[in-house]
Amino acid sequence: MYYTALKMLTGDRSKYIGIVMGLTFASFIMTQQPAIFVGIMARTFSFITDLSQPDIWVMDPKVQFIDDTKPIQDTELYRVRGVEGVEWAVPLYKGLLKARLENGNFQTCNVIGLDDATLIGGPAVMIAGKLEDLRRSDSVIVDLDGAASKLAKRLPGGKVIPLKVGDTLELNDKRATVVGIARTSRTFQSQPVIYTTYSRATSFAPRERKLLSFILVKAKEGADRQELTKRITKITGLTAYTSDEFKSVTIGYYLKYTGIPINFGMSVLLGFIIGAATAGQTFYNFTLDNLRQFGVLKAMGTTNGQLLKMILLQALMVGSVGYGLGVGAASLFGYLLRDSVLAFKFPWQLLVLSGTGVTVICIFSALISIRKVMKLEPAIVFKG
Amino acid sequence: MSNQTEPAVNVGNAATNAAELAVKCSGVAKGYGVDDSKIMALRGVDLEVNKGELFMLVGPSGCGKTTLISVIAGILDQDAGSCRVYEHDLLHMAGHEKVRYRARNIGFVFQAYNLLPALTAAENAAMPLIINGVKRKEAVKRASEILAEVGIGDRTNALPAQLSGGQQQRVAIARALVHNPRLIVCDEPTSALDHETGARVMELLKRVALDHQRTLVIVTHDARIFSFADRIARMDDGRIEQVVNSPAQLEH
Repeated sequence: MYYTALKMLTGDRSKYIGIVMGLTFASFIMTQQPAIFVGIMARTFSFITDLSQPDIWVMDPKVQFIDDTKPIQDTELYRVRGVEGVEWAVPLYKGLLKARLENGNFQTCNVIGLDDATLIGGPAVMIAGKLEDLRRSDSVIVDLDGAASKLAKRLPGGKVIPLKVGDTLELNDKRATVVGIARTSRTFQSQPVIYTTYSRATSFAPRERKLLSFILVKAKEGADRQELTKRITKITGLTAYTSDEFKSVTIGYYLKYTGIPINFGMSVLLGFIIGAATAGQTFYNFTLDNLRQFGVLKAMGTTNGQLLKMILLQALMVGSVGYGLGVGAASLFGYLLRDSVLAFKFPWQLLVLSGTGVTVICIFSALISIRKVMKLEPAIVFKG
Repeated sequence: MSNQTEPAVNVGNAATNAAELAVKCSGVAKGYGVDDSKIMALRGVDLEVNKGELFMLVGPSGCGKTTLISVIAGILDQDAGSCRVYEHDLLHMAGHEKVRYRARNIGFVFQAYNLLPALTAAENAAMPLIINGVKRKEAVKRASEILAEVGIGDRTNALPAQLSGGQQQRVAIARALVHNPRLIVCDEPTSALDHETGARVMELLKRVALDHQRTLVIVTHDARIFSFADRIARMDDGRIEQVVNSPAQLEH
C-alpha cells in the first residue's frame, strides 16, 4: 500500500511539485533567515572570538556589550595583576577614531591598541607584513576588508586601489603607516579595524583622563575561571567576565535592545505561515482530488488505518523532499555569498528548527486530509 | 422517489434452499437525510439472488438500484430489514470485520472504471490482492495472468490514460476477479462503452466471472445487455416491481 501511496503522490507531477515547492519555500525561509540572524548575532561578539588568548575580560561595571567601551584608569591594570590566580593581565584599547584618507575624506575606524610588550590580542592571520612590525614607529595594521573597501584609494576614474603596506593615513591628525594587512572576522559595526600598540592608540585618541577600555586576563593553570572573575570583581570593583560570559552579555544586549530579533522573527514567522498555508492547502487539495481514489480503496476493503498510514507516508515524503531542497538551497545561498558582507551562520540547531517547522506543517496538512478521508463514505464510488 | 416507507410488494425468485442463495434481502429500507427531509431510496426490498447467477437490477435513474448494491456490497448500512450475503449479515458485523469481508469476498466493477491513474494496468488489477496482504510482486504477477485472461495481456504496463474505455473496463474486470471473490457487483459496466464493446465486456464477464460459487449482480439501464442476464429485477421508487427470466417479460 505504501508503494501505491507514493505512486498516487508522484503520479500527478504538477501537484506533487506544487506541494514540494511550498515546503521548500517554507524550509528555505525558516533556515535562511535565522542563519542570517545567527550570522549577525555572531558578528556582535566576533571581536571576543578573535581574541582567543585571554580567559577573562575586565571592564567598567557599566559596560553592556563589547562595543560599549567605558574607559577605566590605567592603574586598574596593576590591581588586576595583583589578584591571586591571574597569570598575566594586559591592557586593551578599543575606540572609534576618524581616519583621514589621502583624498581628504574621513572614515570612522575601530582602533585596537594592543599591549606594547606582548602584542596580545593581535590578529591571528596576517595577509601582508608581520604583527611584530607594530613595534616600528607610527605603524598600524589594517584589516583586509577595510583596506579593500572603506580605506581604499579611489582614483578620479572610479578605480579602487586597496590600501597596502607602506601607505599612510592620518588618525586624529597623527601620521600612521600601514605595516601589515590582516584577516579578521567581520564585526557588527562593519567599520575598518586598525591595530596598533596600546601607547600609540592612546596617543591617537583624544586626550581623556581614562583610556583603558579592557584588561585581558589569563588565569593560572588549574585556576577556576568563575572563581577568578568573582575575585577580580570583589577586589577591584570592576566587572570581570569569562570570554563566553562576555559573548552572552553582548548578544543579550542586542537581543534585548535592538529590533533585530523581532524583524527576523517576523520574516521567519511569515515564511512559516505562507509555507504552511501553501503546502497545507496544496496537500489538502491533492487529497480532495484523490478522494475518489481513496473511496475506491476503501470500498475494496482498505482499512482506515491503512489509509492513515498512506497519507502520513505521503506527507512524510513531500516533507522530506521539501525540507531537503529548502535546506540545500539555504546552504547554497550561504556558500555562494560566503565572501560577501552577508552575515550567514548555519549551526546544526537551525536544521533542527526548520526540520521541526516542516514536520509541524506536514502533520497539520496530513491531519486535515486524514479527517476528510476517515469520514469518506465509500459509496461515493458508485456515483458516476 | 417517495419520502415514505411502504411495505415490500415483491419478492424475488421463489427461493430455493437457503444454502443456494448468494444474496437474501428482506424488507431492506434505506433513506437519506433526517426527519421530514428524509428521502427513502429503498422502501422494503425483498430480493434473492442465487449462487452462480448473473442477476441484473434495472430501472429508471433514482429508483434505488445503486443504493441496493451498496447495501449488498456492505459499503452502506440499511436503516431497516436484513441483507445476508453468503449467509453473512453484514449489518451486524463489526466495522473491521465488514471491511475484511468486503476485501476478501466482493469484487467491484464501477461505471467510471475508477482505476488509479498513477498505477499501471497490472498494478491496478493487483490492488485487491495487495489490500489482502499479498506481496506486491506476487500480486502483480497474478494480476498479469488475469489481464491475459481478459484479453489485454499485452497492456499490463500501460497506464489507464493510455488505454481505451473498453480496455480500462477489462482492467476493472480483472481487478474484480483477481482475488477470486464470491460476489461481484457491477455498476453500469457498459454505460460508457459503445454497443459492440459493451457486448464484448458482458461476454467476458459472463465467461470469466461466473462459476457455480461466484455470483454477479449488475446494475444497469442499458437495455442492450439485458439478454446476458439469468434473471432481471425491475426496480421503481425504491421497490422491486418485477423479477423476470427474460427481457421480453419486462413490463415498461
